[in-house]
Amino acid sequence: MNKKYYIKDYVILRQGRLIRNGEVLLEAGNPELKDFLRKIYKSFGMRYPKFFKMDDLSRLGFLAAEILFDQEKPEADTALIFANSSSCLETDKAYSKTMSGFPSPSLFVYTLPNIVLGEISIRHGLRSENLFLVQDRFEPTTMIDYSHSLLNKAKASNVLCGWVDLHNTDYDVFLWQIAASGRLEHNEEELNKIYLPE
Amino acid sequence: MNDLHTELKKSIIDQLNLEDMDVSDIENDEPLFGDGLGLDSIDALELIVLLEKDYGIKLEDPNQGKEIFNSINSMVDFIEKNRTK
Repeated sequence: MNKKYYIKDYVILRQGRLIRNGEVLLEAGNPELKDFLRKIYKSFGMRYPKFFKMDDLSRLGFLAAEILFDQEKPEADTALIFANSSSCLETDKAYSKTMSGFPSPSLFVYTLPNIVLGEISIRHGLRSENLFLVQDRFEPTTMIDYSHSLLNKAKASNVLCGWVDLHNTDYDVFLWQIAASGRLEHNEEELNKIYLPE
Repeated sequence: MNDLHTELKKSIIDQLNLEDMDVSDIENDEPLFGDGLGLDSIDALELIVLLEKDYGIKLEDPNQGKEIFNSINSMVDFIEKNRTK
């Protein structure tokens, strides 16, 4: 019999709003992405200078994970399963522009979408399974199947899943943690309800 | 402190995204890596690019980097002796 898992906590970053478990923690109007990210960083008193060296995709995932973990240190074997539809296209484009002159090393290191997983792992000391999927749209089935498989096989004690997408100036972030008990079952229907509440 | 010290500090802050840091926060003899400014290996590559882009200096021997990038003073000294623009 398949064991059931539950959605423990979730965070959404969308249209200048930061939402945690349904509660709006920060509403910034409709600022430029960089200003919105900086506002979150400052508002929550974060002190991690490397944040400012990250590309915007990593900053989005990093901040959402910071808010989600909420000073509660995750287990080192917390697996990370993320996805998006635009890969790291914005950073690829920015790096491509530098190639006609002096290619930027600090941009080059972010020309893979899974770097955000590395940044979160470094920040929280994770030594765990991680996977970054590129999909047409938010479609959590693969993330559900893979996360349950990891938990069932005891390859991870906890799983952080996430959709972290950035295209032009549009960003869309939805991170959630899975638990053995809780109110909302970890399935496609519940995730879609949270992701698209309307 | 001459203009080159200030110019270099501004370039480093800008190029390396040292947010919330001002020219006055960087001492001329402070180590740039390790316990000082806390730069990392990717920053070192950016400094190599900065030397070439802004001062026309191409580092032929990567081993030179450790000495040149020790501090603002050592970078200024190297730039003054080797700049082509």
